[in-house]
Amino acid sequence: MKLTFTAADEQFREEVADWLNDNLRDEFADIRYRGGPGDEHRFVDERKAWERRLADGRWTCIGWPETWGGRAASIEQQVIFHEEYARAGGPGRMGHIGDTLTGPTLLAFGSEQQKAKYLPPIRDGVAFWSQGYSEPGAGSDLAAIRTKAVQDETSGQWKITGQKVWTSLAHESDFVFVLARVDRDSSRHHGLGFFLVALDQPGVTIRPITQLTGTAEFNEVYFDDAVCDAEDIVGAPGDGWKVAMGLLGFERGVSTLGQQMLFQTELDEIIRIAKSNGASRDPDIRQRIAEAHIGLKTMRYNSMRMLSGGEDGSLSREAMIYKLYWSSWHRNLGKLAMDVLGPEAELIESGPYELNKLQSLFLFTRADTIYGGTNQIQRNLIAERALGMPKEPRGPGK
Amino acid sequence: MKFAFTDEQQMLRDTSQAFLANKSTSVAVRQACSSPERHDTALWQSICEEMYWQGILIPEHVDGLGLGWVEMAIVLEAAGERLLTSPLFAVAQSTAALVGCPASEMRDLLLSSMAAGKVMSLAMGNQSVGWDSVGVTASETSTTTVLSGEARFVPFGFAAAKLLVVARDASNALTLWVVDPQQDGVFVEPTPTMDQTRPMATVRFEQAAVTSDQLLASHADELVSDTLALSRILTVADQVGVAQASLDISVDYAKERSQFDRTIASFQAIKHKAADMMLKVESARSLLYYAACTVDAWLAGEVDRAALHEAAFMASACASDAAFFNAGSGIQMHGGVGITEEYDIQLYFKRARATESYLGRPSEMREAIAYQLLEGDVA
Repeated sequence: MKLTFTAADEQFREEVADWLNDNLRDEFADIRYRGGPGDEHRFVDERKAWERRLADGRWTCIGWPETWGGRAASIEQQVIFHEEYARAGGPGRMGHIGDTLTGPTLLAFGSEQQKAKYLPPIRDGVAFWSQGYSEPGAGSDLAAIRTKAVQDETSGQWKITGQKVWTSLAHESDFVFVLARVDRDSSRHHGLGFFLVALDQPGVTIRPITQLTGTAEFNEVYFDDAVCDAEDIVGAPGDGWKVAMGLLGFERGVSTLGQQMLFQTELDEIIRIAKSNGASRDPDIRQRIAEAHIGLKTMRYNSMRMLSGGEDGSLSREAMIYKLYWSSWHRNLGKLAMDVLGPEAELIESGPYELNKLQSLFLFTRADTIYGGTNQIQRNLIAERALGMPKEPRGPGK
Repeated sequence: MKFAFTDEQQMLRDTSQAFLANKSTSVAVRQACSSPERHDTALWQSICEEMYWQGILIPEHVDGLGLGWVEMAIVLEAAGERLLTSPLFAVAQSTAALVGCPASEMRDLLLSSMAAGKVMSLAMGNQSVGWDSVGVTASETSTTTVLSGEARFVPFGFAAAKLLVVARDASNALTLWVVDPQQDGVFVEPTPTMDQTRPMATVRFEQAAVTSDQLLASHADELVSDTLALSRILTVADQVGVAQASLDISVDYAKERSQFDRTIASFQAIKHKAADMMLKVESARSLLYYAACTVDAWLAGEVDRAALHEAAFMASACASDAAFFNAGSGIQMHGGVGITEEYDIQLYFKRARATESYLGRPSEMREAIAYQLLEGDVA
């Protein structure tokens, strides 16, 4: 058991930090610390330009093999990159989905043609992706997908019809991967296909969803005979669920330590306010600040265990609790921020509804325990997969 | 960076669990608790002779194994899982205190006799966060030094061949002495406790005369404070074991128990409780092994005392909560049988309660962290 990084890894850390220091300045100075969750709709053009700068430095897709322009970075190096990126105030990554979801999916399941067509533009920071899983009727019950894909028998082209929802930044993206039903008589996770679809086409309509924060990062995406070429289905028709589930296992938590660094910045801000406005004398606030600090450290060492686990991509027990842990912690932090501020928390600083950072934190963290699998779904997964407890019978409630 | 067990550590874990599954059974624990010795002396003997757990933290030059705190945590976690009723904690705690003492012949003698299986207990005071309430004084008379006062909650004090005693001297500094429980002026009383798996004693000193060769450390305030932090980490290991076993036996029970024509383990109300229990125990386990690594780093001079104390406060707060939450939730998951003597969950519940505030309440641990964050330094 060893908690320190090797000298070679520390040297890598220095290299990352130096590069960020030299590049995240001048025209990119304004986007430091911007574009994170709750702020993803801001500085989009600047952040796309930043992706190209990252690509010039070989800092996109660092986990990819060198053949495809990556660095084949080890888990440790990826962790270090995310930590240093967060420490430097690196903006929310526009290329995140392409880098960590589309890319690894294509590397694992894609054809050579798909790799050659889609990987280089992701690597170069010029193509941006969004994900099309959830539907109005398929939220927690993801397999209840109704969007359908029909293949033209002569051309082989697919036509997709249906609706996806909660598609982050679809209006700023070039492509979306879509899980759709290829067999009309199929149900649940059978008979699905995994499609790579261009967003800029007549069959696709994108409508932003205004959130409780007044901002709009999420969208509804409507497909009305949207076209997808025969060679742009990943895996065989019917293998969509397998591809989609494989994708969920790819991230392996390398970004968790970077995420925690942003959480630390938020907690530091709350502590600073508590000290200055006297809330730090309230015994309950003191307990909760300590609890938040301990929780953040717990997350760090949970992550370290997760990252030190098997290389086979199987989810360890630590990995299964991670989402439930951080989302609950973050939601509590949002409430702690409001309680530390007291009545001041209500005041809006500017604009008709321009919320400050902590107000956004408070409101947006209510989404944390819902997206990516609600806390209730997470608990089901833990109980069923880690503890071997039986599934609840499906079917209509009585 | 590899925050996972080495092959040797994994093997130690497997053998510890297997040994205790065989020896520290539900029946054996109950027999040990009700025996006149308050523990199974034959089991302690086989631990000392076959497993050598008493020697884990004892340096090799005094006949110990010279292993690290991760290894100690592994074994104590297994002990908590099986409600082991033995002086292992008392011996590990005494070892931690002695290793921190200045080198002396007496110190090495004590360590090697512990390696040979002698039980020693640390009489620290009244076990609260602050050490201003040490109950024993060391005062000079014209001819000698005498100890007076009372130390409470001394683990396995009634079974100790030697007692390590923290006393406050005339200059208000803490000192550490070794005392023979048989010597004049020393009175050891077993203390009946709600949790019978971790028996305690009260030790009273009435003008007990001590000589200079019994003095292990003077100006020992830092030593005592560090020993307290280390003792918390030892306790955390036990709590993680208790939390894990509470989860395991409750889930097993829920899978067996059928109501409304279904196993109750298929109800989300039960599953979600179990998931929360797993989250608690895995989190406490992460902080336990972080704390164990921190002790090793501290002993190697790689981190400072503040890091050690912070790790102990955090791990203790988290593991105390986890053990109590899991054991309490475990009773609820058992339903009616959970409150019977027959089922083991009640034994875990009692052990979780006993360890929860043994070396300071979780709220005190959090306040110590809050003080560090909002006011200044820890320790």
